[in-house]
Amino acid sequence: MMQNLTFLPVLLPMLAGVILLMPRLGRNISSRRIVSVALSIITFLASLALLLKTQAEGSQVYAIGDWSAPFGIVLVADPLSTLLVCLTSLLGIACTLYASAGDDEKGSYFHPLVHFLILGVNGAFLTGDAFNLFVFFEVLLIASYSLLMHGGDKRNTRAALQYVIMNLVGSAVFLIALGILYGVLGTLNMADMAQQVASLQGDDVYLAKIGGLLLLVVFALKGALLPLHLWLPNTYATAMPVVAALFAIMTKVGVYSMMRVYTLIFGDEAGELSHMAQTWLWWLALATIAMGALGILASKDLSKLIANLVIVSVGTLVALIAMQTIEASSAAIYYLVHSTLVTAALFILADLIGRQRGDVADHIIAGPPVLQPRLLGFCFLIAAVAVIGMPPLSGFIAKVWLLKATLNAQYTVVFWPLYLLASLAVLIAVSKAGSTVFWHHHGKATDSVEENLVHPAQLAALIILVSAAPLMSVFAGPLSEYAIGAATQLHDFNNNIKIILSGEL
Amino acid sequence: MELLYASCVGLLVSCGVFLILRSRTFPVVLGLTMFSYAVNLFLFSSGRLSLNQAAVLGYSSDYADPLPQAFVLTAIVIGFAMTAFVVILAIRGRADLGNDHVDGQVNDKTKDNNHQKSHHKNKKVKV
Repeated sequence: MMQNLTFLPVLLPMLAGVILLMPRLGRNISSRRIVSVALSIITFLASLALLLKTQAEGSQVYAIGDWSAPFGIVLVADPLSTLLVCLTSLLGIACTLYASAGDDEKGSYFHPLVHFLILGVNGAFLTGDAFNLFVFFEVLLIASYSLLMHGGDKRNTRAALQYVIMNLVGSAVFLIALGILYGVLGTLNMADMAQQVASLQGDDVYLAKIGGLLLLVVFALKGALLPLHLWLPNTYATAMPVVAALFAIMTKVGVYSMMRVYTLIFGDEAGELSHMAQTWLWWLALATIAMGALGILASKDLSKLIANLVIVSVGTLVALIAMQTIEASSAAIYYLVHSTLVTAALFILADLIGRQRGDVADHIIAGPPVLQPRLLGFCFLIAAVAVIGMPPLSGFIAKVWLLKATLNAQYTVVFWPLYLLASLAVLIAVSKAGSTVFWHHHGKATDSVEENLVHPAQLAALIILVSAAPLMSVFAGPLSEYAIGAATQLHDFNNNIKIILSGEL
Repeated sequence: MELLYASCVGLLVSCGVFLILRSRTFPVVLGLTMFSYAVNLFLFSSGRLSLNQAAVLGYSSDYADPLPQAFVLTAIVIGFAMTAFVVILAIRGRADLGNDHVDGQVNDKTKDNNHQKSHHKNKKVKV
């Protein structure tokens, strides 16, 4: 059992999805909810156990079917991937809880789909094989297509159609990239690829470069990097808010893949190809931050605004990845966890606010007052302070850390003003949105009071997500140590190769 | 053989890309299908093209790389599922949006064209 722990965060959501499709649970909604939440808690506990185990015993490598690397597929549980697996599972708990208040009845199979999505995301974080990464991408994508359609209207169909077509093209490009890389390197195990890249010669170097840059296109599409970010605002704003909250982790899968591919495979040791994507990543990231900031200022409703916040966070993360230093990567890891949880909390809050304001919904205009201004206002305040990056919450720590990490970079002159201006845009837009929604109201509150009050399950989900910001700043010490450890291991080329390829654990 | 194979893949890709860029869903779905065929062929060739070589050890003096074949099999299955999904979605889009455009709205190109034509005619008349 303990030996197979590495596989559990992938296996458990799959079992959960299958169990939830079984006839009895398929019909009875309340038992389905209980089982779904319980199973997502079990997944979280397994992820946590895996995290503690990797802390105690070092990175775990799990050869599926006992086929050792580089021939078989391996799952690699190192500090970074286990942290992200825990994050995903935690988000899973919050979303299943939140949806149990009624959102899951708006369409069919909400709960199984959420578990399948978690299966795909966890798998993508854990896998050490590029083709397996593609497979897990597809698993999470097909679950996300269906979730996007969940409880949707016409607006939804259009956004879903565009999202699906974009991602199908993305998958095809992914396969072409993998084909090129396999043809050149003869392997798709990431550690083995990293070893082979350095010894390439002649034309093969350029082929590998083409393959690597095609991968960049794919990850930029998944991660919503400029100019491939256009699908994101519409998709996230039309998806059901709880689904959008869950999607907060999906852009991070693209970012994480960039982290792996461009620090491990095309990193310091890649000979002619080392850091080949760095310049691209850097300028695209800066452009993404700028576009996201403009989008934030132009947003007319809360969900669009939050979707644009996601774009800014992706831009910031990619800029940090492009630095390729341990300090920048550790700041990126801390920022990644912070931004995922905070944006998820904001999506959920926007939903609750929208429900309590009747027809005005979450448009940023004066309207009927919310029914529970103290609760929602307080939560919004916390989430807003965190996302803006003001002291004392996690956003501030992340911001100071990443500014410090970029201090010695080549283009600090460009990054600092741009990033600080973007933060200013976030500050203006979020505070304007908050004050309009909570203070500028007229007319009576909506009639259907009982229905729209915050349900206990929703409250629990909200507390899980919102409390992350204060907790992340209270436990900033251990967390930042963990992030530094994870980043150090990410950049430790020889150690990574040794761990993954030795295989006999 | 390589030339034939490569030009076949290239032709499929270019047709696929052309069709994906169309505005109606049916050509787009066809384009995606063609594109994925091309990708599957390409992926297959990444293990090098060879004749009369088994993918299993011991059946022929030289053997073909079995891994790309496994990749292609996986890619075909996934591509099939995705195509099925996008077809259903396109049908639903047709029902929900009242037209079969990817953007969900008919941009009056035909109307514009007619307009332009009449404009040209007017110009000619003036000239």
